[in-house]
Amino acid sequence: MWDAFDILLQANFWAATIRIATPLIFGVLGALLCERAGVLNLGIEGIFVAGAMSGWLAVYLGLPLWGGVLVAAGVGALFGLIHGTLTVPLGLSQHVTGIGVTLLATSVAYFGYRVAFPNVATPPRIEPFAPLDVPVLGELPFIGPILGQQTAFTVLAFACVGILAFVLARTPLGLALRAVGDNPEAVEAQGLSVVGLRMGAVMAGSALMALGGAFLTLSAFNAFYFGMINGRGWVCIALTVFASWRPGKALLGALLFGALDAYQLRLQTITGGAVPSQIFLMLPYLFSIAALVLVARRADYPRALMKPYFKGQR
Amino acid sequence: MHPDPRPLVLSLAGITKRFGPLTANDQIDLDVRAGEIVALLGENGAGKTTLMSILFGHYIADEGTVHIAGADGQLVPLPGGSADAALKAGIGMVHQHFALAENLTGFENIVLGTQPLFSLTLTRRAARAKIERLMAESGLTADLDVPVARLSVGEQQRIEILKALYRDVRVLILDEPTAVLTPQEADGLAATVRALAGRGLAVIFISHKLHEVLALCERVVVLRGGAKVADRPTAGADRAMLAELMVGRAIPPRERPPSTPGAPVLSLKAVSVGSPGQRDRLEQADLDVCAGEIVGIAGVSGNGQGALASLVAGLAAPREGEARIAGARLGRADPSGRIAAGVGRIPEDRHRDGTVGALTVAENYVLESISEPENQSGGFLRRGAIRARAQEAIAAFDVRCPGPDAAIRALSGGNMQKVVLARALAREPRLVLAHQPTRGLDIGATTDVHRRLIAARGRGAAVLLISEDLDELFALCDRIAVVHAGHLSPAMDTQGLDVRTVGLMMAGHGAGEAA
Repeated sequence: MWDAFDILLQANFWAATIRIATPLIFGVLGALLCERAGVLNLGIEGIFVAGAMSGWLAVYLGLPLWGGVLVAAGVGALFGLIHGTLTVPLGLSQHVTGIGVTLLATSVAYFGYRVAFPNVATPPRIEPFAPLDVPVLGELPFIGPILGQQTAFTVLAFACVGILAFVLARTPLGLALRAVGDNPEAVEAQGLSVVGLRMGAVMAGSALMALGGAFLTLSAFNAFYFGMINGRGWVCIALTVFASWRPGKALLGALLFGALDAYQLRLQTITGGAVPSQIFLMLPYLFSIAALVLVARRADYPRALMKPYFKGQR
Repeated sequence: MHPDPRPLVLSLAGITKRFGPLTANDQIDLDVRAGEIVALLGENGAGKTTLMSILFGHYIADEGTVHIAGADGQLVPLPGGSADAALKAGIGMVHQHFALAENLTGFENIVLGTQPLFSLTLTRRAARAKIERLMAESGLTADLDVPVARLSVGEQQRIEILKALYRDVRVLILDEPTAVLTPQEADGLAATVRALAGRGLAVIFISHKLHEVLALCERVVVLRGGAKVADRPTAGADRAMLAELMVGRAIPPRERPPSTPGAPVLSLKAVSVGSPGQRDRLEQADLDVCAGEIVGIAGVSGNGQGALASLVAGLAAPREGEARIAGARLGRADPSGRIAAGVGRIPEDRHRDGTVGALTVAENYVLESISEPENQSGGFLRRGAIRARAQEAIAAFDVRCPGPDAAIRALSGGNMQKVVLARALAREPRLVLAHQPTRGLDIGATTDVHRRLIAARGRGAAVLLISEDLDELFALCDRIAVVHAGHLSPAMDTQGLDVRTVGLMMAGHGAGEAA
């Protein structure tokens, strides 16, 4: 019993929590940016795969690590452009288009991998982001070892939370983004472009999603595997509702999910196989479902979410 | 006539707009001068909204030009199809369905789009000072710092007007601005509009309420079937004349024979509906609606009318208290039970609740009695019988449609409502629930609905009429009750009742205070 509690006191557990949460932070921020503007982006799962693959491949082919990050963001924005074009000016079903983008992006990434490496059994490795050397804080007990395992990519995720929160709350652009997801007529009537705002939000949001994938290949691991995204994108869609479309709560939700995942991994080892490991693997997802049941009923969805807007039609 | 000394600020010439075979605007000319209040009058579908949408850049005109005075007073052409260009040229529009983002505050809605998008901060202080100056000058007040969703409809409208004034508009278009206001709020709005016009603002006032047009505007432009049929000063015009111009024929006065009410058909004793947190709920309501009378429910929508209608229609159950229809106590929510008990229902939203758009006129007509032996046998529809019955209803209610097999969504609002009315009244219901039965209908269709309701009353039905249109309530009802924030007033005799009293009660003041 005490073993189960003891896990919470290990710096290793907290370091793993942050590591598992980082891609989710990018994903939830991306999803909430799209949804705040009124567009559901179910392409997220595939965009994660494409970001993971393209960022890693760029570094393998010789770009510096941050160059790989930029390539991943660009690839994400490109898939955002596809999703946005189909759903915003053309007004197609956001669900169907999103699933299509996920299938397309996943397949393109796998195909690209096979074209680049036709005959390898084990994926080639790259030198990933190195852990940060944090002055002062890094020397503290407990905190130090936690920070000492993180990379600059994680710092970028936390910075994005702050930047997105500031943009949404404090800038004219954020005002317009919040408005376009609530009532596009209001935005149009104030002389702003609904299509422009939504396209921009979907492309930027998709770029963030791709960064979540790139974190896995450039920081958490050092190679690209098939199936490595494993539903992380879908979890982000659920966490977005849990976060009530707020960046701060998105961070909280991602960390909570990360903590549960890190916890169940350690719980598996101390129960020593008495309970099937699949039960533990289910835990974070059960949490997601439970959280949604509690939160989603009261959730304040952006009013225009999933409603296509056509100019001159009321 | 003397030439008007005031400068021209807006000039439309030969505006034509076609949607497929329909000509929504046909060669319309309109000049507006600074400081002038012009009424744009017409029935639904006459082309008012299309014309204003062209002016505001939602649509592009097929033919014709729009000129607006520039900063130097010279008329310059306005490029079509851009709301941004219209705003920059000084045209502001207050839409009937407010163009407000409800998750933003009033302040945020006003400054939305007025500052460069990609700047690091929102300039708050200067914007705030300007809005406060405008509020002081115009007398428009509203809470700027709470999300718009929490403001009253009147406040939301004031935010809408401030939004236009903040852009220094010289032409302000108000689209049906009083449709959602209490009479007092409407008076306040009229005073504001006069004050703004006094400062040189040109106002285009779109309405179909003739008395408002006559009281507020100095000139009236009437559209009918997409064409301009009159452009004249309001002085010397009267309601009958304007109504005739709008409709194109004389409107016969409404006949309302006396009637002696019988026993209560609908009876509510201390009935509550909906949870206390809801805005649209009923608390401890008492109401009797007797056979052979029309009882009206006045109030700004969302104050409990929805809960009352849901209760009577069988979509909600009473939370507490005793509700009876013809003596039988109402328990659970049970729409088919209500139909069987003799309730004829005319729902508020005929598109959403009244009809199934993809089904035919005949199918919609029998929707409430689909399991009756006259409509089915052994689980199979009796198509021939259904079509024949629908054909009779189409003739009796004068529904203009290609036939019983036409999809109902292809019908105009008025004809769709006639089908709903026919279905509700065909089986001679004991109680008729009419929830906003004339919303969005033209004068002809409205007169028809009124005639049918009065006929139902004459036949001995109890009629519960829920409406936001006080003119309608005063014209039809024997008694009127007012609902505000879930509380229902006692029903008062319409004879000797003052519209202003009802208006005050709609705003939440008691009957005693109002007197």
